Amino acid sequence: MRVLLLAEHDNKRLGAETRNAAAAARLIGGPVHLLVAGLGCAAVAAEAAGVAGIDRVLLADDANYAHQLAEPLAKLIVAQSGGYDVFLAPATACGKSVMPRVAAALDIPQISEAVGVLAPDRFERPIYAGSIMQTVRVSTPRFAATMRPAAFAPAGAQPAAPVQNLLPLECPPSACFIDEHIPRAAGAQELTRAKIVVAGGRGAGAGGGFDAIRRFAFSIGAAIGASRAAVDAGLAGNDCQVGQSGKTIAPELYIACGISGAIQHISGIQQAKIIAAINKDPEAPIFRYADIGLVADIAEALPRLERLLAGKKPRA
Amino acid sequence: MKILVPIKRVLDHNVPARLTPRGTVQTDGCNHEINPFDAVALEAAVRIRERGLAREVVAVSVGTDEFVSSLRTALAVGADRGILVRTEAPLEPLAVAKIFHRLCLAEMPDLVIAGKQAIDDDAAQVGPMLAMLLGWAQATNVSHLEWVDGQIDAMCEVDRGTRRLRLSLPAVVTVDLRLNEPRYASLPNVMRAKKKPLEIKSLTDFGIDVSPKTEQIALREIDICRRATLVPDVDAFAAALLATGSLR
Repeated sequence: MRVLLLAEHDNKRLGAETRNAAAAARLIGGPVHLLVAGLGCAAVAAEAAGVAGIDRVLLADDANYAHQLAEPLAKLIVAQSGGYDVFLAPATACGKSVMPRVAAALDIPQISEAVGVLAPDRFERPIYAGSIMQTVRVSTPRFAATMRPAAFAPAGAQPAAPVQNLLPLECPPSACFIDEHIPRAAGAQELTRAKIVVAGGRGAGAGGGFDAIRRFAFSIGAAIGASRAAVDAGLAGNDCQVGQSGKTIAPELYIACGISGAIQHISGIQQAKIIAAINKDPEAPIFRYADIGLVADIAEALPRLERLLAGKKPRA
Repeated sequence: MKILVPIKRVLDHNVPARLTPRGTVQTDGCNHEINPFDAVALEAAVRIRERGLAREVVAVSVGTDEFVSSLRTALAVGADRGILVRTEAPLEPLAVAKIFHRLCLAEMPDLVIAGKQAIDDDAAQVGPMLAMLLGWAQATNVSHLEWVDGQIDAMCEVDRGTRRLRLSLPAVVTVDLRLNEPRYASLPNVMRAKKKPLEIKSLTDFGIDVSPKTEQIALREIDICRRATLVPDVDAFAAALLATGSLR
């Protein structure tokens, strides 16, 4: 099974999700070629060449790919498709926008958000907001798939694989990039990679509760997460959203503060090793889904918790 | 301008899905609803028409006879017309996209607004697949839409924040829940919807290959309940966190 994997990157650094997806790609077959398409992204290609399990990096460096829009990326992959059986991407916003276009163009099925590779043609994937696990077999020789990064341990390092340059393709203008807003507080941990995540719900918002969550998270070196309700209420950015339609994460410790525990949120944290929850409502569903619970008001509990855990950081 | 909105009927999002003893998803006796993302797409389309920017909103579905009631709801919320492509067989996303593709060739909409994913199979494939089959531009996970000189500025939710794309029509847009708050159908509108046109087509008339390309081997329920041990106070909570070994 010859695999073409689409790299996630920002033209400067390789996205960590690519390493998880590379590990998943190796479970499906090989050789695995990694496509880095962007603008001024030679450094990304060099970094990608050192990801274990990658046999070759394909570099398409052109203004067409600067913002990794779905139309030119899908066209590029389809143009390379003759040499491959499987088309993979990490299940990121970019991967999820590109792969269905590839599948439609090649008339092949797609497996979305796989969390397990049981055989090269057999996958596990959660459905119904993660309440049911589906095992699915692909019946065609070729297929596309997106792999959920949190479900696969990242690939390690290797001596650099060769990098092959691709000629860019003409792409008629369709969607045009205007601008982007990437909030990142100084010192904040990346949500999908953090060992500890402190997350807030709408219930944490009253009286500056979310500021207390940010302070607490910062003090113990944790990343900040949020429920959809909290993001909708403007308490946190959408990049913090965890759940069925947000990010799926697998930290060692997840501390839910004022999160009620809708199933759509829980689906994003099921792979957390330990879930701890603080909520003032003893009947909140979150206590069913957590390992450790405390019935308390966030505004009162967090300052004391911060003092009690002063100087503690995530285990290395 | 004409807007086409795909509608899927799904299990009520408030109820966790369960399996029958036969290992299939329990649907009998369960509440159903319009896929929440599709409801947001429909609301967006209706608002565009209400602003006078569109002439017609057509709600389209692929599914069983039961989808008629979902389409009636869509009509009550504000769609002008409904089309159901009737089939008993559960279809894969690419097959559904091919059917919508054919409907688009017949209806010639300027814009397709679709939910970014269905909350049952969580595949998030149909929108981009349809865009590809049509050769149209796409914007996915859209949380804000604006009209600028006949083009659309779409705010897309991406992993690290948001980005704005400008789309020339025709185009496919898939929407996030944050785009709007869908209205409920009023009783008078429910009555009026009964008189709106709802066309039922047979899948076999399309002559599209919808045979499955994947096979579902098994389903299993995931026990997501951990049943928390409740601790009495913040000190005990801190001690319990330290005991996990995640902090040192």
